[in-house]
Amino acid sequence: MDSVLRAESISKSFGPIEVLSGISLDLKPGEVHAVIGENGAGKSTLMRILSGHLPPTKGTLHLNGQPVTFSGPVDAESQGIVLVHQEILLAPDLTVAQNLFLGREIRRFGFVDDAAMRERTRAILQELGTKIDPDREVRRLSIADRQLVQIARALLVPHKVVAFDEPTAVLTPIEAESLFEIIRKLRAQGVAVLYISHRLNEVKAIADRVTVLRDGRHIATRDIEGLEPLEMARLMVGRDMSKLYPEKPETASDQALLSVRDMAVLGFVENASFTLHRGEILGFGGLIGAGRTELFESIVGLRPGHGTITLDGKQVHFRDAREAMAAGIVYLSEDRKGKGLLLQQNLRVNLSLAALEKFTRGSFIDGGAEEQALDKAIKDFDIRTRRRDLLAGQLSGGNQQKLLLAKMMLVEPRIVIIDEPTRGVDIGTKEQIYRFIASLAAEGRAVVVISSEMQELIGLCHRVVVMRNGRVAGEVAQADLSEDSIVYLATGVHEERAAEIAAGTA
Amino acid sequence: MTESVLRTGAEKRRFSIDMRALSPFIALLVLVIAGALINPDFLTTSNLLNVVTRSAFIAIIAVGATFVIAGGGLDLSVGSMAALTAGVMILTLNNLGGGDLGTLAIGMLVAIALSATCGLANGLIVTFGRIEPFIVTLGTMGIFRSLVIWLAAGGTITMRNFDLREMYRPVYFGSIFGIPIPIIAFLVVAAIGALILYRTSFGRHVVALGSNEDVARYSGVPIWRVRTLTYIIQGICVGIAVLVYVPRLGSATPTTGLLWELQAITAVVIGGTALRGGIGRVWGTVVGAVILELVANIMVLSNFVSEFLVGAVQGAIIIIAMLVQRSVHRGR
Repeated sequence: MDSVLRAESISKSFGPIEVLSGISLDLKPGEVHAVIGENGAGKSTLMRILSGHLPPTKGTLHLNGQPVTFSGPVDAESQGIVLVHQEILLAPDLTVAQNLFLGREIRRFGFVDDAAMRERTRAILQELGTKIDPDREVRRLSIADRQLVQIARALLVPHKVVAFDEPTAVLTPIEAESLFEIIRKLRAQGVAVLYISHRLNEVKAIADRVTVLRDGRHIATRDIEGLEPLEMARLMVGRDMSKLYPEKPETASDQALLSVRDMAVLGFVENASFTLHRGEILGFGGLIGAGRTELFESIVGLRPGHGTITLDGKQVHFRDAREAMAAGIVYLSEDRKGKGLLLQQNLRVNLSLAALEKFTRGSFIDGGAEEQALDKAIKDFDIRTRRRDLLAGQLSGGNQQKLLLAKMMLVEPRIVIIDEPTRGVDIGTKEQIYRFIASLAAEGRAVVVISSEMQELIGLCHRVVVMRNGRVAGEVAQADLSEDSIVYLATGVHEERAAEIAAGTA
Repeated sequence: MTESVLRTGAEKRRFSIDMRALSPFIALLVLVIAGALINPDFLTTSNLLNVVTRSAFIAIIAVGATFVIAGGGLDLSVGSMAALTAGVMILTLNNLGGGDLGTLAIGMLVAIALSATCGLANGLIVTFGRIEPFIVTLGTMGIFRSLVIWLAAGGTITMRNFDLREMYRPVYFGSIFGIPIPIIAFLVVAAIGALILYRTSFGRHVVALGSNEDVARYSGVPIWRVRTLTYIIQGICVGIAVLVYVPRLGSATPTTGLLWELQAITAVVIGGTALRGGIGRVWGTVVGAVILELVANIMVLSNFVSEFLVGAVQGAIIIIAMLVQRSVHRGR
């Protein structure tokens, strides 16, 4: 069958850096085509080129066999190519119907025709198999429903190609299944679906063909028949996955360093209790939104909450991060850009911010000492920067994470809490960060790793505590660490069962 | 991918940051050349010293405003605060009645203490009330202004003791080594301001707070204390400006300090400090204050525009300065 959208040796450069080189891809009507790859492999860039958000530097796009250039996303949309964004881009105070027609309201005599829009909205939502009330404000919807609204908005225009960017990142397996149902419906209607994900089981369940990207290059395009998730992973990473994680240090002890009892954060966490031992790496698993971040933010005083926190046998309470740092506890936020680093300031200012008192002589900051610390941090943490006076925002995600680690290590903590340590980090840097985390434990510090990547928890941690809906659902000991045991605690459903649901065989 | 996107902007950005720091100085140079072309009297030492002397109040206040704005805040109450401080200071001097140095010193202390307290009030309400600084200081602007009108009973508060006036006069009209005292005062304030903002942990914390409050909080910066302190520094700067202002006329009226907030904020913005916080430029601010006074001076010396329209021109300047900042920002 002829392809509806075809990319021919597309390259994209930003300045001297080529992020995509010579990618070819063809999309046929009525197929689900998955694009997989590590973070930074170029999936999103490719997606943005195909949907008109970015022009390619080299190569051409063909729509129904005709060469085409898009002047922007609106142009691409008018030609039937729509993108469902990963983030929720809806106005929370407007109703579902208002959001659906935002910027393209139906008008009658110059006024908005609410009745007509409501009817259209209801019809579209029904088609998607959901009964969301068109008059409900978006802020009152669950994340999954919001995503449905977002899909409905994308499908409002006549469409030939629908692209989904990591659509299941925030969904539970059950919610993901209803999304797959929608995707199958689209496929049945002859729509070409482009599906970007790094969840390989999902890809196996939904895709017809798979294109693998690595470091901006096209590695393979295969039919899903006979392509197993393990092989996909090998293609994505380009090497054996088992060497990614360092040996777990044998320093885990039974000595309780920090113990938390009945911690509660209003609206997020209830009755959370756990104990952290000296020299261990304790993982915290669970779905996004399970309350892990909120739990630890309230422990270090960044968020109001109550419960009993015992450090070294003494009961403590931190009113802000400063007090927690003074007690030797640092928390590295998952939101590096929003809460971790000052993107508009240079590396030196960022590095010393949390431990500035170590760099003052009398009342004044000792710039020389700061420079020395920066030299040391660049060396110790292998921060790759072309120039020392770059702003933090100009570093890549991996180097930002290393800078954040270096910054917090200046506080000389005994307990390091790292939230999503490798989010947005390339594979090489991941390995470095894992080795660094292991070395922290080997030095006798205690480390908490909060992660949504199950492989990461299994490969890195001595024990994993799993949270579900704001509660501690259970704990998995080192000997029992497996994806299945974590998924079971995180969702209440066994993975085989989840896969069955996902595959639509249940 | 993120890295590469940012990389392309790197060279340009570096250039534009330099532009940001340099542009007030370039504007100053252009204005001086323009002034010299328009009127030969412009480029005389006496005229230039006069201009800089007149800019001293705004410059001193604007140094304080640099802290508040770099920290992500805003203080609209400075003009009213100056009027109230001047009024209370003169009333204190009149009530003490003496004509000696001690009386003057007490009056000065009262002025600084009052303005610092006003700043503290602004800071505490903003910090602990969690209200937009724009609204808080709009409110206190009204409060301070009407207090001074009430104290003056709608008229003028004048220094009564003639000896005291004579003794105090040189603080505005005198000079040391040919440099008028107000200029020395504002250079000293600016130097101390620059030292605090650029070289102390507090200054670093102000910039961090203005850059991103969350990052500052997560990094253990005592954000409440830092924010309140910026408003106190603003208050103290207003107090110092009042000390230089009072001997000029020896009185305070309901219109004292009118639109000074506009001029102070304009000076800060011209100087390259980012109104959204995170970048503070003390010396740019000083140049900004001088630029404002230069524009007024050139308007007086030339006959193109009525000098009654000075406020309109200054209002236009802040808008233009913001547009320039915006385009520099976009150019990144």
